[in-house]
Amino acid sequence: MATVLPVYPRTRRGAELVLVLLALAISTGAWAVVGLTADGALPPNMLVHAGVLGGLAVGLHLVLRWRAKYADPVLLPVATLLNGLGLVMIHRLDGATSGAAQAPRQFVWSALGVLAAAAVLVLVRDHRVLRRYTFTAMVAGLVLLLLPLLPGLGRTINGARIWVGIGPLSFQPGELAKIVLAVFFAGYLVVHRDALSLTGPKLLFLRLPRARDLGPILLAWLASVGVLVLQRDLGTSLLFFGLFVAVLYVATERVSWIVLGLGLFAAGALFAASAFSHVQQRVDIWLHPFDPDNTDRSYQLVQGLYGMANGGLTGTGLDRGRPDIVPFANSDFIYSSFGEELGLVGLFAVLLLYAVLVQRGLRSAIGVRDGFGKLLAAGLSFSVALQVFVVVGGVTRVIPLTGLTMPFLAAGGSSLVSNWIVVALLLRVSDLARRPAEEVRNGPEAGDTGVTQVVRLG
Amino acid sequence: MNRPLRRLSAVVAFLFFALFASTTWIQFVRADELNAMPGNSRQLYAEFGRERGAILVGENQPIATSTEVDDAYEFQREYSDGELYAHAAGYYSVVYGTSGIERAANDVLSGTADRLFYRNMADLLTGAEPVGANVRLTLDPAVQRAAYDALDGRRGAVVALEPSTGDVLAMVSSPSYDPNRLATHDGAAAREAWTSLLADEADPLVNRAIAGDLYPPGSTFKVVTAAAALESGDYDTASQLTGSARLELPQTSATIGNSDGGACGAGDVVSLADAMRISCNTAFAQLGLDLGQDALREQAEAFGFGQDLSIPLGVTPSSFPADLNPPQLAQSAIGQFEVRVTPLQVAMVSAAIANDGVLVQPNLVAEVRAGDGTFDVIDAPSPRELGRAVSSETARELTEVMRGVVESGTGTRAQIPGVDVAGKTGTAQAGEGAAPYAWFTSFASAGDREVAVAVVIDNGGSSESAYGGRLAAPVAQQVMRAALGV
Repeated sequence: MATVLPVYPRTRRGAELVLVLLALAISTGAWAVVGLTADGALPPNMLVHAGVLGGLAVGLHLVLRWRAKYADPVLLPVATLLNGLGLVMIHRLDGATSGAAQAPRQFVWSALGVLAAAAVLVLVRDHRVLRRYTFTAMVAGLVLLLLPLLPGLGRTINGARIWVGIGPLSFQPGELAKIVLAVFFAGYLVVHRDALSLTGPKLLFLRLPRARDLGPILLAWLASVGVLVLQRDLGTSLLFFGLFVAVLYVATERVSWIVLGLGLFAAGALFAASAFSHVQQRVDIWLHPFDPDNTDRSYQLVQGLYGMANGGLTGTGLDRGRPDIVPFANSDFIYSSFGEELGLVGLFAVLLLYAVLVQRGLRSAIGVRDGFGKLLAAGLSFSVALQVFVVVGGVTRVIPLTGLTMPFLAAGGSSLVSNWIVVALLLRVSDLARRPAEEVRNGPEAGDTGVTQVVRLG
Repeated sequence: MNRPLRRLSAVVAFLFFALFASTTWIQFVRADELNAMPGNSRQLYAEFGRERGAILVGENQPIATSTEVDDAYEFQREYSDGELYAHAAGYYSVVYGTSGIERAANDVLSGTADRLFYRNMADLLTGAEPVGANVRLTLDPAVQRAAYDALDGRRGAVVALEPSTGDVLAMVSSPSYDPNRLATHDGAAAREAWTSLLADEADPLVNRAIAGDLYPPGSTFKVVTAAAALESGDYDTASQLTGSARLELPQTSATIGNSDGGACGAGDVVSLADAMRISCNTAFAQLGLDLGQDALREQAEAFGFGQDLSIPLGVTPSSFPADLNPPQLAQSAIGQFEVRVTPLQVAMVSAAIANDGVLVQPNLVAEVRAGDGTFDVIDAPSPRELGRAVSSETARELTEVMRGVVESGTGTRAQIPGVDVAGKTGTAQAGEGAAPYAWFTSFASAGDREVAVAVVIDNGGSSESAYGGRLAAPVAQQVMRAALGV
């Protein structure tokens, strides 16, 4: 005789807590190592580090228990560990440089980032509400993208005009633009995907889009080339165009969009490289960093390479290398700082953390049932992957160097807050993806009854 | 939409794969190459960040030490008596690298030498920076000081050796410089010092004693010619040689004359001993012609000519020219034409004679001591014989002949009361119109102490006063007194 037993889906919040504590142990341990190496004693502010970071992470964990109990259990620990490691490296570099300490600021930004993430989780109970703001997001995204170009507001730092400054504060609006544009692309394409995917002439094995559907992609292309030329930053340009093409592909399942997109981007980049001297310069530095003529301009890149080579397989150990020689060692070049002190092994670990973060995001995209959620999660995850690729690729000479920074690791408030929001949105989508269908249908509160349609026949 | 999502995951995997590959390429595959790049200052920083061993002289008197400072390099190299020891110790500069012992013994001073490996094993495990070992030099502070003071800033060099061990007791090149000016971490100041030292036409950075432009040895080379003659078995100290005022050189209208323009002895003949005593050019030129260039060259090489020596500073090899025609051979036999020597080589000739004919490898490093506070002796080079330059008999005869030079010949200014000093003067032509080089080489012993010295004074005043006997012999005398303690 068959009995129907209710099965409680596992939220995995306990596993999350264990992983968060592990992440805290690792970053606090690293913080202690820095102190032990520099002063021969455990740093007195070690408990502050553990306390602040621990409080934030555990706090967000509790928010998840409250508002998104089915959310992916790995995202938060990975983000916590990356944020913590970044703090350690920024703190360690503070000790080697004479300027104002960056680590305390980064702590404040970490707190703001986690608070922003908590706010997103509390306020956005269901990511589908974001669909309503599709065109608001488009306008916001364009404004944010163009902001650095405004005279008096934009700032050129390290050759790239991707910063906005008001008084002593400066931030990269591109980081926030990444999020709102992901919302816009998801919202726009989920509506127009059928038109874009099912019609159009066929050329060999490619089904080409209709001419009138080319409008949006041309607009995105123009915007990205504009960013490349006007803001002098290949990274931001590549990030947005790549994000757009990726979401477009996922929405339409048509390879032709990728071929078209990559072709357009390559043509735009080649044109920019041949027509604008500053783009040319960057390409030249990328291809010939050791050329005596480039010594001054390629200094940062070359010093970064030297630092990584100095690190070798296992690294010099925290606070035992000289990453401070590299300009912007705690932001643009934090990757080479880690490479020098933690070695190839450490960098592999860091890259794997990002890979896990992205993979968890994409998995949520696959798991979630609504098209908007799929596109949003895919866009956000891919944007993180692409940003890591652009930054690390720039430092390791896969592509020309850009002005973007490593998500979570690098010093910089706008980046940190934005990436915590990205994680919050991915957590939100993953919550819906893993939530039992019964609760999805009835709304989150229905879950409290503990009754599901999942049955086991015994 | 899940199929394109899976494909997107594959794209992401590919992106990450590219980053794993590029990172491995830099950190592993090309790491050694990048570390060795000339513009890579990281090795320098790493080296400067380590506590470097001290350089010591005499009874563990430090002449170069590392002091902890609060700047990017962490340790500042400091030289006490910088000018006195500049060419031996060298400099340790962030901008200009290293020289002297700082370069030659860098691996032990910096603590990276393989022979320090086991001692530093524990450091490797704990991750502590290796500590450099201390290097004690053979230089005797008193002898070094005497040589420096006697040269008194004149251009030239002094080398003093202990004949039986090869220990370098003094090595002075003058004028000197203060290595602290190059070792400073103030890049602008170091650059300024470097530029002015390079611009100085007296070339203070050059170590004239072992690695400067080589000098013509002048009459000091007559000792080598005499050694070749005695070794041939056809001559002894009483052998009668040509002593005419002028010697017609075959195949040319040129002649060789004596310094005073007169003959060396009655009836135009002179004994080998007397020829040496009064530095008779015609006698030794004819002797060289009679012995032949191969005999001279072989004798010169037996004394160390043509050898690449490392003491462990690199020594420029001295040379005896090849394929000589008779006039050139006659000139070479008296140390002119293209015979070129370092002061160290000239001191080695004297040292070999003083050491019963056996040549010992000159050496500047007395011992290497652990820098970890234990002061254990890690390495103490023992004397190494380079070979027999002349027989015991020849050495004895040469000693006798060279004593005559100091007793009643051209080198009387090197006399030391109560000590038998053997020596030879030299005055080498520097070129048309240029003042000659004044040479003196000598050796002596007192009690259990012994010393061999070479002195050269470069462009020493007007040509008349530049005779080695007048300018260089008193310097050698001072150095020998300091070495013998008399």
